[in-house]
Order: sequence, then structure tokens, then C-alpha cells
Amino acid sequence: MPQVTRRSANWLLGGGVAGSLASFVYPVMRFLNPPATPEAPVNEVVVANAQQMLPNSGRVVKFGSKPVLLIRVGEAEWRAFGATCTHLNCTVQYRPESQQIWCACHNGFYDLNGRVVSGPPPRPLDEYAVRTRGQEIVIARKG
Amino acid sequence: MPVAVFSQRKARVVAWLDERLALDRIREFLAHKTVPVHSGTIWYYFGGITLFLFGIQVATGILLLLYYRPTATEAYESVQFIVTRVEFGWLIRSLHSWSANLMILTAFVHMFSVAFLRGWRRPREVTWLSGIVLLGLTLAFGFSGYLLPWNTTAYFATKVGTDLAGSIPLIGPPLARFLRGGDDVTGGTLTRFFGFHVAVLPAVTTAVLAVHLALVQRFGISSPPWLKTSEGKVPQMRFVPNFLLRELMAWYAALAALGVLAALFPWPLGEKADPFAPAPAGIRPEWYFLAPFYTLKLLPSHVAFLEGEQAGLIGFGLLGLWWAALPFWGVRPDGRERTRLVTGTGVLLLAWLSSFTLLGYLK
Repeated sequence: MPQVTRRSANWLLGGGVAGSLASFVYPVMRFLNPPATPEAPVNEVVVANAQQMLPNSGRVVKFGSKPVLLIRVGEAEWRAFGATCTHLNCTVQYRPESQQIWCACHNGFYDLNGRVVSGPPPRPLDEYAVRTRGQEIVIARKG
Repeated sequence: MPVAVFSQRKARVVAWLDERLALDRIREFLAHKTVPVHSGTIWYYFGGITLFLFGIQVATGILLLLYYRPTATEAYESVQFIVTRVEFGWLIRSLHSWSANLMILTAFVHMFSVAFLRGWRRPREVTWLSGIVLLGLTLAFGFSGYLLPWNTTAYFATKVGTDLAGSIPLIGPPLARFLRGGDDVTGGTLTRFFGFHVAVLPAVTTAVLAVHLALVQRFGISSPPWLKTSEGKVPQMRFVPNFLLRELMAWYAALAALGVLAALFPWPLGEKADPFAPAPAGIRPEWYFLAPFYTLKLLPSHVAFLEGEQAGLIGFGLLGLWWAALPFWGVRPDGRERTRLVTGTGVLLLAWLSSFTLLGYLK
């Protein structure tokens, strides 16, 4: 019969206790991690009626669960960008007087192509495709 | 009841308690506990005032719990109900908000006074560290509590704060998901923050506070090194009753200031958070986060190979670690203090915090 030394008994007991603790800690750690909420993929959304928006104006609309900034640049020219600032996640707005997109949180400015003009944002805004269907304005993912 | 009988009974009760609770040891300890008397003694009151305001927080927080509902659909309305329908609800909420702000202010005053009066020297390094942890917990209380009314400024402050946490290399993204309870700031975030604010943080804070106070008792109150006389003695006053009564007066003054502020300037509720509304012009966080907020505003989009906010975050982190480690670099290996470095760092830190807070407020 093999000899069980005190040292190996300690390892065995210690390992057993550590293993049992891990079996309690693991489910708690998994519980803390929020599950991904499945969402039906949104590819295009009717977001506005052309008559509701004047030229040189913008508004934040819902694209699934994401905010998108829709801008009516001119009579027939529309643009749409993800409304989440690339700096620290605030929601941007359209400034008609300067014809720029502005984030009030840390004073970031983007142009009408979504590119950073000034301030701390590190990347341009995500662009969405805009189509008109009669009076309906439709936004779709690009690419 | 005749006086003699009363004193006899009182003595019996005290003797009964003495035998079971060892009150005589506590009396003995308090009789010998002293506080140094010098021109800077006034700064010793701020730790106690912070503790007092924490007590106010606990008491008013429990009262608010009776009506508050931690969901995105009900949180704002429940706070509105508290301040408009519940009798003195406006006052209780205002006291909670004002005492939170005053507590952060007095905690900062306490920290800088300990730094400048050199209270962090051997053997009080762990007392200093536990104090730094308590300051961090206090700020976490502020950050988590700020979201609970579910108003616009709170919503965006939480978006910014959690996004900033998400930009920490490696652990950032899972940390941000953990804090938000998902990928975005939603009702799930509110419920989590409520849990942190009323259960996790109070439990941890109570434990760390117990360690902090036990260490203060263990080592006594430090006197600045420049006061040491040739015999090594600094004049002292007894803790009970001399210092205690003065401290109680300071608490009473703090209560008066709190009452005036809470009654004359009730804490506003703002607009209900709308995840599909742009951040309003002039938005800014609470005053105690204004210095880092304004710094982030000034940083360019990229600093070397890092994005601006990452560079800022690393900078704040290193500064915080450097300051927390003060007892370890504040003294040379031969035991002599790096007086100029410590004072210089403290003055620069204080100057940055106060000037950028002011700039963040004005601009």
C-alpha cells in the first residue's frame, strides 16, 4: 500500500478545498456577466416623413436600439450617421448655424461627412445610407 | 424615587454591564487618549466631520429607500413622487444629495491635511492607504448614486464614465459590460448601480472604515514632525471630554450648514433620461469629476499611439497610484523625508484639481 505523506495529504486537501471554492465562485462570476440580449437584426427603417423636417435640420431617430442622427442637408439631400460620439459615447446633435455635428459632452465637432473637425473624438461617425420612398425617409446600414 | 436608591441601582446596572462588556477597559483607553494641540489642530476635525456626514447619508438613504423604485420606467417618477408628494420628501432628498457633496469635499480636505501635516509617516502607511480606498469608495458612491434619479445629466455621465472604464486596455471591455449590465446604459445599468449603491458599497465601506478607525485608535493622532520639541513632546488635550466636545460642536456646525443648504437650495431633479435625445448643451458632471472631465475635453483625439481618452485615463491612473503610494516615496531609505517633493506634489495636485474644477465649471 503506497505511503501517504503529510505533504501529499496537504496538497490533496488543499486542492480539494480550492476546487470546491472554484465550483462556487465560477457560477457567481458567470452570473455577474450580463447575457447578450438577442435582437432581431435591423437592416432598414422608415424613420421620418420628408414633410416633417425642414432643410438644414437634424434629429435623432431610432434604428433598432441604436440612436441615428438624420440630417436634411438640402431640399433633396439627406445624410445619416450613428449618433454615438466616438469619444466617450454621448449622443451627438446637428448644429444648423455651423452645419456641423456637435457633441455637447466634450465639445467634439464632425462635418457633414461624419469626419472629425475638432475636439477629442478619435474616429469619424458611422455612416448610414438614406433613401427616399415618396415622402418616406428610409435609413439602411451601409456595406 | 429617592436619589440614593437611584444611584444605587445605577451603580448595579453599570457593574453588571462592566462585568460583561469590559467597559472599564474602554474607559481606561479613553482616559489616556489624547490629541496634539498646535496651530493645525483644526484640520483634525475633518475626518470626524466626514464620518458624521456618512452617518447622515446612511440615515437619509434608508428613508429614501422607502419610496424609491430602481427601474428605468419608475425611477424618475418615484423621485418625483418623493420630492412632490411625500411630506418633507424634498428635504430628505436634498439632505442626501447635499451631504453626499459635502462629504466628498470634507474627505478631500481631510486627505490633503493629512498629506501636508505628514500624518502618513511610519507606522501609519496602512492608515493612509485605507483612507485612499475610502475616498475611492466615496467617489464610487457618488457615481453610482448620481444615476439613480434617471435624469438626462445622470444618463450621459454614466455613459461617459462607463465608456471611460471600457477604454482600459484588456480588462476595459468586460468591465464596462459588467458595470452596465450589457452593451449600453439601460434600465439594467440602473438596477446594477442601485445594488452597488445600497448594498455592495455600504458593506465594503463599513469594513474599510472599521479598519481605518481601528488603525487611528491603534497609533493615535499624529503630530507634524516640525513640532517636535527637544524633549520630543507636543502639548496634548484629552480626547474625552475636551476634543470630543469640540468635535461635536463641529458636527453641529456641519449639520447647520447642511440644513441651510438643503432647505434653501433644494437639489434639482432635471429632465427624465431619454436614450434617443442628444446630450444637452452645457452638460457637465458633478463638481468632483469636473477636473478630469475638463482635462479630457482639452486632450486631442490622439496622444502618440493612444486615443486621447486612453491617454487621459492612463494619466489619471498613474497620478492616483503615485499619490496613493505617498508614504513609500515620501521617505528616503535612510529615513529622511522628501519634504519638498511631497509638498510640491500635493500643491500641484491641489492646484490642478481646483483650477480645472473651476475652468470646467465656467467654460
